[in-house]
Amino acid sequence: MRGKVNRMGFRQKPIGGRFEIYSWYFMRLSGAVLLLIAVAHLMLMHVVIRVENIDFGTVEARWLGPWGPFWRLYDLSLLVFALLHGFNGLRWVIDDYIQRPGWNIIIKGLALLLLIIVILMGAYAIFSFRG
Amino acid sequence: MAKVDLTVRILRFNPEVDKKPYWQEYQVSADETAQVLDVLHQIKWYQDGTLTLRRSCAHGVCGSDAMVINGSNRLACKTLVRDVAPKLTVEPIRGLPVIKDLVVDMEPFFASYRAVEPWFMNDERPPVRERLQSQEERARFDDTTKCILCAACTTSCPSFWANGRYIGPAAIVQAHRFIFDSRDQGQAERLQVLNDRFGVWACRTAFNCVEACPREINITKAIGEVKKALLFGEVDF
Repeated sequence: MRGKVNRMGFRQKPIGGRFEIYSWYFMRLSGAVLLLIAVAHLMLMHVVIRVENIDFGTVEARWLGPWGPFWRLYDLSLLVFALLHGFNGLRWVIDDYIQRPGWNIIIKGLALLLLIIVILMGAYAIFSFRG
Repeated sequence: MAKVDLTVRILRFNPEVDKKPYWQEYQVSADETAQVLDVLHQIKWYQDGTLTLRRSCAHGVCGSDAMVINGSNRLACKTLVRDVAPKLTVEPIRGLPVIKDLVVDMEPFFASYRAVEPWFMNDERPPVRERLQSQEERARFDDTTKCILCAACTTSCPSFWANGRYIGPAAIVQAHRFIFDSRDQGQAERLQVLNDRFGVWACRTAFNCVEACPREINITKAIGEVKKALLFGEVDF
């Protein structure tokens, strides 16, 4: 940041672009969405079905039942929103605390790789399930 | 006026002599309505002339004497003895290099301030009398005109502690003062400076700045308004 000089300060001219803007907006929107779908998930699993009744059969009945496609999409959106929201937050933390440019890129790259792997694994489990 | 006996602990550091900062304790008797700055003066003038601090107006306007007083960022001249007695701890503000004792190097802070180009920009020919503005238009940015650049907000911010490249709440407040001024035309330029991952987007809305501000500016709100202006691409005067 101190390398290039702008008109008066020491700060480099910002890279600009709209990525950070949309990333911030996404955090607001996904936060609101998660508040709805994660709380609904919690209520369903812990209050309606109750933890002691949850087993393989519960999930099987839900995913293979008439509302199967809906629940699969619901679970997928829970997975995708939670992971994107969480990993974007992790990206912010990495930017805050890991300042060496090389390490910053490497660790963010590893986080991105992990994010993609976990989303693909989750999506595969959800859509390939046949009971 | 009632006198109070104070135990004052000050974080001392002289980089020419000391390897690391250390606490030094002083006993001071002060009026309960005196300022913490008076207590520091008493120490410097009558007990230990080596104590170094920065102050100028001593009335909460110049913004020179921001320091960590009993754990919070405060102006020494706006904090009264009766609110901190009987134990007073004083440290330099955090996140800027200490030059000596309570004096920090403010240059990184002012570099960020200069980066938002904090002066009036308008290339139109000025009218004969003055550039008129309605009371509502003036009220839009009134809160952020109160900033005295004391750095209490920026040095209370955990994002700034973690990463000094963050431009900091004070610079955003100063940018807000011009961005939301209907007479100013430098919005695009200032918003561009703030649209950076170490600009306005490094704000994690911790609200420490709001708590620290001796001028009671709603800083996090101002930062939020700048974020919204960037998102929607327009300034809502």
